[in-house]
Amino acid sequence: MTGHPERALPFVLDQPRAHWHDESLWFVRQKRDRQASALPEWEELRNAAHAIKSHTMSRLADYLALFESNAVANGIQVHWARDANEHNEIVYGILAERGVTRLVKSKSMLTEECHLNPYLEARGVEVTDTDLGERIVQLRKEPPSHIVLPAIHLKRQDIGALFHDQLGTEAGAADPAYLTEAARGHLRDKLLNAGAGLTGVNFAVAETGGVVVCTNEGNADMGASLPPIHIACMGLEKIVPRLADLAVFVRLLARSATGQPVTAYTSHFNGPRAGGEMHVVIVDNGRSKILAEETFRRSLNCIRCGACLNTCPVYRRSGGYSYGYTIPGPIGSVLAPHRDPAAHASLPFASSLCGSCSDVCPVKVDLHHQLLAFRERLVKEGKTSSAKSLAMSVMSTVFQRPWMYGAGGWLMRRVVPLMPRFVLYGPWNPWGLQRELPPMPSESFRDLLEKEETR
Amino acid sequence: MTQIGLFIPCYVDQLYPRVGLATWRILRGLGLDVEYPKSQTCCGQPMANSGCGDAARPLAERFLDVFGKYKHVVTPSGSCASMVRNHYDQWLAGKPGFDHLKSNTFELCEYLVDIVGVTRADGDFPGRVGIHMSCHGLRELRMARSSERMDAPFDKVRGLLAQLRGIELVTLSRPDECCGFGGTFAVAEQAVSCMMGRDRIADHERAGAQVIAGFDMSCLMHLEGLIRREGKPLKVAHVAEMLEGARLS
Repeated sequence: MTGHPERALPFVLDQPRAHWHDESLWFVRQKRDRQASALPEWEELRNAAHAIKSHTMSRLADYLALFESNAVANGIQVHWARDANEHNEIVYGILAERGVTRLVKSKSMLTEECHLNPYLEARGVEVTDTDLGERIVQLRKEPPSHIVLPAIHLKRQDIGALFHDQLGTEAGAADPAYLTEAARGHLRDKLLNAGAGLTGVNFAVAETGGVVVCTNEGNADMGASLPPIHIACMGLEKIVPRLADLAVFVRLLARSATGQPVTAYTSHFNGPRAGGEMHVVIVDNGRSKILAEETFRRSLNCIRCGACLNTCPVYRRSGGYSYGYTIPGPIGSVLAPHRDPAAHASLPFASSLCGSCSDVCPVKVDLHHQLLAFRERLVKEGKTSSAKSLAMSVMSTVFQRPWMYGAGGWLMRRVVPLMPRFVLYGPWNPWGLQRELPPMPSESFRDLLEKEETR
Repeated sequence: MTQIGLFIPCYVDQLYPRVGLATWRILRGLGLDVEYPKSQTCCGQPMANSGCGDAARPLAERFLDVFGKYKHVVTPSGSCASMVRNHYDQWLAGKPGFDHLKSNTFELCEYLVDIVGVTRADGDFPGRVGIHMSCHGLRELRMARSSERMDAPFDKVRGLLAQLRGIELVTLSRPDECCGFGGTFAVAEQAVSCMMGRDRIADHERAGAQVIAGFDMSCLMHLEGLIRREGKPLKVAHVAEMLEGARLS
């Protein structure tokens, strides 16, 4: 089975593009640093966000029930979905009952996770993603490669060619303003003719029964306001207890995500507009299983800002698609193996455990420790290479016996220098494909120390 | 009670004996009571980071047996010190002596600064030097403030090296990005690992460094492997070797 290393290789081999991808995301990380450093209380905000989320998760059922009763009182119809399929059925049911055949969507990683678009398209619903980046990858029939910047893997020339092909822009045109204008015209038409609008949810406030959507393009607001039906889909971890809690999260979200002090639109949807309908679909899809696990439940605190992707030296150099899961990067590598441990067994190992993700995370998810914990679980479940486990237990056996360790080291330092280069650096030595082995000293530290002490 | 049990990581013992000796001489030079227990081998980090907890556990237990009797344990490696301090709990929590071991195991620089209270390093190291901030020392031992965090900046390694006569510490564009070693990651993900390493080297080169200094030979072994393959004039050096000739007070 191919894993992350095999999928990362072609990305790395295109060095100019890999460097460009690395630099683009590092630029976002630097923007984040500038915004975060402007707030003297940044670390206190992270602590507060961590505490609020952890508290919420410890009483999640209560807050979900409170949210539902307040939402219903506001005139919102609340639906519960156990898994992706139920979510898709509910959304399709709402559309089919009302004869809606055109749906506009703003950004929602949850619907990507549930594969809603192909589900609806197979049933005759035209689905248009209205976030520019999402629309670009939708036109290319690709999934997003990043949770906040869905088309970050594409250069403007790629988008110019795509728009020329699909939207009739001039051949060779790659001016961002020109391309954006073309997309606006195209999307406005879709927005005006839609029967329903679907949005994601950044935060659902238990005490008000309303949901909050943060965007930069205004597409969520148009999608929720032009058609008569608004469907908001949320994972059940999106709850915050109080309206006042948003003061913490909204300050952290945009700064961490894109290095903006705040998103252009922070829209509160507290009920249906006059004459319209509003639905909220609350989705579990494996989340309650994660909640039940002490080691991993903190990953549900994630607010999907994408900062851990931007800072991850591996993500920046291997691209979103190398992860083979809807959510890439460190947080995706923690979430994916919950869903299918065998298919995603390489992801917790696609990290040098540098810990930058844990330090950048605005809600202080201990990502690199969770990746490490998942490695052990995957080994225990037999989902990793048995040759590697065998090698590790042989090493352990040697290290438990100082004489064996000493003899092994002595032998290595004598044999390696005698080996011909083509043997030492054959394809069986992945270390040596691009690196020299360290020079072998004739004496170990303990040898030197003996001389030192008799000196 | 002997004051210091010197912990020389397995790969330093076998491959970088000079770094071990420099560490020994620094501690002895300060008049400290140091002992090197010969039954030590490996802390178990390679196994633990590969997810092989069952292979790591007996090595953690051995480590406690060998080092439990010392007042302090000192090692020229941030990563191995972090293994003891931050990752042994799962196997050793509640065992007699573990709480003491856990809170008294130190990387060399932090030991010099925090425990011995070294404020002066009187010595020479002429040349332009870039400091490689190895991740586990940085983000698990907090030997300096990481670039992600926004609290007050500090840096225990720079504080020592900056005092050497003739040294010019260069400024990197990415002050603490990972070099891509990552233990078995260096082999399992060699393509990404080597790209990370080359990018790190390029940052040091652009900043004009002649030497890449660090407190973890594992990262430096990876960087040096790339440097030597490409025949670059850059050198790597462990802080222990750089401070060995200095008078610390």
